[in-house]
Amino acid sequence: MNITQILFWFLSALTVFSALMVVVSKNPVYSVLWLIFTFFCISGHYIMLNAQFLFIVNIIVYAGAIMVLFLFVIMLMNLNQSSEPKKHRWLRMAGVVAGGCLLLVLVAALKNIDIKKQVAETNTGDIGLIGNLGKVLFNQYVVPFEISSILFLSAMVGTVVIGKKE
Amino acid sequence: MYLLMIDWWFILEKFLLVGFVVTFSLLIAMYTTYAERKIAAFLQDRRGPNRAGPFGILQPLADGGKLFFKEEIIPLASSKFLFVLGPSLAMLTAMLTSAVIPWSTPLQIGGRDVPLQIADLNIGILYVFGVVSLGVYGIMIGGWASNNKFSLLAAVRGASQMISYELSMGLALIALLMLTGSLQMSVIVQNQIVHGWHVIYQPLGFLIFFICALAECNRTPFDLPEAENELNFGYHQEYSSMKLGLYLFAEYVNMFISGTVMATLFFGGYDIPFVNEASWGLSPNLLAFIGFVVLLAKAFFFLFVFIWIRWTIPRFRYDQLMNLGWKKLIPLALVNMVATAIVMLLRNR
Amino acid sequence: MNAWEKLYLPAVLKGMFITLSHLFKKKATIQYPEQKRSFPKVFRGLQVLNRDEEGRERCTACGLCAVACPAEAITMEAAERQPGEEHLYREEKYAAKYEINMLRCIFCGFCEEACPKDAIYLSETVTPANYSRAGFIYKKEDLLIPDPTKDPEGYQKALGHRAKKINN
Repeated sequence: MNITQILFWFLSALTVFSALMVVVSKNPVYSVLWLIFTFFCISGHYIMLNAQFLFIVNIIVYAGAIMVLFLFVIMLMNLNQSSEPKKHRWLRMAGVVAGGCLLLVLVAALKNIDIKKQVAETNTGDIGLIGNLGKVLFNQYVVPFEISSILFLSAMVGTVVIGKKE
Repeated sequence: MYLLMIDWWFILEKFLLVGFVVTFSLLIAMYTTYAERKIAAFLQDRRGPNRAGPFGILQPLADGGKLFFKEEIIPLASSKFLFVLGPSLAMLTAMLTSAVIPWSTPLQIGGRDVPLQIADLNIGILYVFGVVSLGVYGIMIGGWASNNKFSLLAAVRGASQMISYELSMGLALIALLMLTGSLQMSVIVQNQIVHGWHVIYQPLGFLIFFICALAECNRTPFDLPEAENELNFGYHQEYSSMKLGLYLFAEYVNMFISGTVMATLFFGGYDIPFVNEASWGLSPNLLAFIGFVVLLAKAFFFLFVFIWIRWTIPRFRYDQLMNLGWKKLIPLALVNMVATAIVMLLRNR
Repeated sequence: MNAWEKLYLPAVLKGMFITLSHLFKKKATIQYPEQKRSFPKVFRGLQVLNRDEEGRERCTACGLCAVACPAEAITMEAAERQPGEEHLYREEKYAAKYEINMLRCIFCGFCEEACPKDAIYLSETVTPANYSRAGFIYKKEDLLIPDPTKDPEGYQKALGHRAKKINN
């Protein structure tokens, strides 16, 4: 086992553990904090693939912006154990069934993929560097990119309209 | 066998550099508190601290010692882990940014080039930006973990302020990136050494960046998160002892680091203006030292301006702050960005 | 406001240069324990019980000061001078006990004005801090001026700029 592998297994274990903690934590604020931690672990994986741009964008966008808004809402709503409504037994059962179905779908989908053919380029790949990524994004995928930007613009317009209503 | 393949010199050299940068930043931050009090006093026709040691030089040590030995109070109803995590995170994020700053030209030790930059990331500026955006967590976690509604409100206030000003900061940086065509800090400095400082090309961008840096460091006139007199002292209300010290200290580390970042991005980093220091024929180590001193001088100038502004301009009201951030700075930054793009297009044609 | 004023930047810069100019101005601070601010001539500070040139107490315990005192801070007990005590007390009657409660005293100076014998005056010192309330009740020995025959320097110092006024 070389250092990259050790790091990979360590990070993966950490990711899975923190992802589990997101679900297991009783307090929603802890859940969000564990989720942020999970994002950091995933960013660590990006670094190991030498995808520096993805690493930092994952941190800026997810950990730095979106999760802050999550925290905002949860903190202001003051959700905690005492205010959490008791869920019905059937509802819990339904949740377990739905989660199990999702797991089944994921396993079924990933089972037949031949991962061994696609070796991740650790340390050496340069597709994740910003220059290369920009070229791919603005040449090969320019239409989806622009469409998604229009999507964001419409979302912005929507919020402004809602905000201006009064 | 595998251990022999690792470049141990490389690790040792990075380790030393990290240690040096961290201790150095802390030392500077310590004396920035002293400078803050001295300059504040001078601006108000007072003398400032002058009892501890000659000219009060030992004052930061006395302050630090006091904070260390104060009673540590952790509120009963707080979540203790997060309560401790908050100030640690604030300090951590303040220190992290220093990793991508090119402190000077490489040293030469035993035939090896030792770059005085901890990590020359491909995405240097974005890294700074990312770490800055994480700075919110120190405030939010600390404010929430205190289990005090005033702390929580202050934390929310602080976090929304930081998010708002990050936007225009990023937009101001995009115009800068168009000029250099790279996010790498070393390339940005090299570009300035060749073409002249970026502040000449991007005065508006610099102004926006500077205002946002003030807001990100929670400095007056944007220090609503810690407004002690009218807004009940902010997110560190429940903190005492060295945990409070870490919060206050993180602000000064942030100031120093943002000063160096501004010097690096807009004022040529370790470049000495108007001269070509490479042609002097000095030894590379001496040149590196001179460059380091020059960068420090620039950073100290920004520190002085930060302090100067703090003791001149009163605090904004919250709505004024939001208006400035969203309705003035962001459109200005956008205009700046578009104008830069147009000028560059026309010149390239 | 026109557009230029609305920018606020010129106003901000102006303010910054005002504060910058103060960087080079003379400091107003007086470094207290080493430097002391001189009191004005009319300053009314801690009371002092005066002696004459031969070191005899001037006070005759007439009680006029206690009557004049609006805060009722002064209490005294009179005693008759015994033969052989002429070098201690100037008149036949003297104050055996003389107390001023400095927590009550308002330093109005009425006692000084009421005194027919120039036996009490308000000096140029402030009341020092103390740890207990009892410490603020000044006894006769706390109030008496140093004996001019034994400690002429201390006597002159305690008199301050009053030296001239009392002597003539």
